[in-house]
Amino acid sequence: MALKLMKGNDALAEAAVRAGCRFFGGYPITPQSEILEYLSKRMPEVGGHFVQSESELAGISMVHGAAAAGFRTMTSSSGPGFSLLQEGISYIASAELPAVIINVQRYGSGLGDIFQAQGDYFQAVKGGGHGDYRMIVYAPASIQENVDFTTLAFDKADEYRNPVLVLSDASIASMMEPVDLPEMHEHDPNKSPHAAKGKGNGPFKRITSTMYYIDDFDTYIKTKYDNMAANEERWEAVQVADAELVLVAYGITSRICKEAVMLAREKGIKLGLIRPITLWPFPAKAFKALPDTVASFMTVELSPMPMIQEDVLLSLDTRKPVHNFLAGMNIPEPIDIVEKAADCIKQTAKGACNG
Amino acid sequence: MSKKDSKKSVLTLHPERCKGCRYCIPTCPKDAISVSEKINQKGYKPVMVDMETCIGCGSCYTICPDYVFEIKEVQ
Amino acid sequence: MVERLIPTALVEDNKFCPGCGHGIINRILAEVLDEMKLTDKAIGSMAVGCACLMVDTFGVDWIQSPHGRAAALATGIKRCRPENPVFTYQGDGDSMSIGFSETMYAAFRNENITAILVNNGIFGMTGGQMAPTSLPGQKTVTSPMGRNTDLTGQPLNIINQMKDLNIGYLARGSVTSIKNINRVKKYIRNAFETQMSGGGYSMVEILSPCPTNWKMMPDKSLEHIDNTVTTYYPLGEYVKKGGDSNE
Repeated sequence: MALKLMKGNDALAEAAVRAGCRFFGGYPITPQSEILEYLSKRMPEVGGHFVQSESELAGISMVHGAAAAGFRTMTSSSGPGFSLLQEGISYIASAELPAVIINVQRYGSGLGDIFQAQGDYFQAVKGGGHGDYRMIVYAPASIQENVDFTTLAFDKADEYRNPVLVLSDASIASMMEPVDLPEMHEHDPNKSPHAAKGKGNGPFKRITSTMYYIDDFDTYIKTKYDNMAANEERWEAVQVADAELVLVAYGITSRICKEAVMLAREKGIKLGLIRPITLWPFPAKAFKALPDTVASFMTVELSPMPMIQEDVLLSLDTRKPVHNFLAGMNIPEPIDIVEKAADCIKQTAKGACNG
Repeated sequence: MSKKDSKKSVLTLHPERCKGCRYCIPTCPKDAISVSEKINQKGYKPVMVDMETCIGCGSCYTICPDYVFEIKEVQ
Repeated sequence: MVERLIPTALVEDNKFCPGCGHGIINRILAEVLDEMKLTDKAIGSMAVGCACLMVDTFGVDWIQSPHGRAAALATGIKRCRPENPVFTYQGDGDSMSIGFSETMYAAFRNENITAILVNNGIFGMTGGQMAPTSLPGQKTVTSPMGRNTDLTGQPLNIINQMKDLNIGYLARGSVTSIKNINRVKKYIRNAFETQMSGGGYSMVEILSPCPTNWKMMPDKSLEHIDNTVTTYYPLGEYVKKGGDSNE
């Protein structure tokens, strides 16, 4: 296994190429621009296509076209640009086409700022576009996971014929780590069952909202999303077997939480961690499987307002206290997480409620 | 037809497609098209053609938005 | 005398209103595709509005895009499948209002696609609202006193926006007479010939009647185009680097 030292955005882009992605349309925005830059050079090398679109609206629509043509295709953006992608994501989901979307999260609403944050959770997992589609959302916490989850995203997009989101962030985008890249995978666009390639002698294809052509569409589409929800939960559980308080964090903050768990254990504080790998479907099974020793939870979020807390409460049927550590725009120190967690353990013992 | 091998352009009418826009009526060089009093399935009074007057020129085919007319060649 | 048979792409009766120009344009587009033997290979990109009624009646592979984005979709399709004839079919509200950016940038990049832009000066499907192409003083449901150009701008002439770009083919026709219809057919053929020879972006704008929303009888709608609309939108070929059909 030959490891290669790569920057997060570059590794993600290379993983897309190796997954057989041959069309990328996107627009510059920090902190995801290296994905465009990398693919502007790499796509022509592998016979693929790169278009720097006039806007994110156009970029996602170009991806929509390429997906309809049967190609593995991707766009990427961040924060404000991710908002503009929502229109196209909803349409791609409605047409049941496979595509991979990357959101390298940055801070805040509006223009916000370009540094690391986890501000787009709700938009990512609650369906940022109109209608009631769902999409699998992967949250990488390392450069290797940028590679692995991007690869997986293309497979799952094809499996379900649905857009799949990789929710990265500015930290993972900019860090460098050694990665093991997969072999090059060739995807044959002519074998995609949905591909528009001209009707030939057969019937013509109508690649539009599938609701127009499926009987009892309500049941059909609910079954599709229910199957995704039932089968695609992924998570990592750390030292939960005897934990009193379980931290919940995804992406970059989960790495800090792992350190916090180790630090707490050294101090005799029984912390554990659940790291959702899929944010949709949220890994409710992870919470159902916890031992009774776990009395409370604390989410660690890189945003000023709690978001993932809501899904933890739903997974617990709101039966246990869920505190939160809102790091806002500052990367939290493990010791600060441990101290707040210790406080929460005391509060829970006194019967204090969420917050 | 006087010669057996000569071809003649013959109009085929699809009145069920007509939506009654009447574009064809002033376009016909022979004034062969008029409005029927019957109502078709779409709910319009379709056009009808006097086949004796029609020369099969295809003007009605060209102007019609609803594919009411076809010109076929017959022996 | 030649046979005039319904072209193969017209697989069902169209769903347009009485006197709507889309029906004529659908037919001549289908004729050109048949005559050039492109029907089996063509991929159409449509968005919303009356044009999307074609999805069941016009038998080529279709991809429906979000409002206005048909040219961006067509870009994705054509880059991936350069051998296939790829075209957009859009109305003026779709292509020149919400889709102005995507329409213009496809031309600006000189994408090797063919755009069929049907200009009836109004939003048809949504019930007759003012479009960027509506004429000064034109009464619509959102300009009930008539279009006030001081507040809403002058009619958008898309060909003036495009004619200095590095593109392959640009023309404007109308469907008001046999002569004009035959001319539009040549324009559409020139546009597809441009694309199939790799000549870059081709666009044909077609002035088309909307009797329903103009609240005008069909015959008066055609007269209105000839007498008034064409004074704002002159007919003819504006860029011709490809295509062989001469008038």
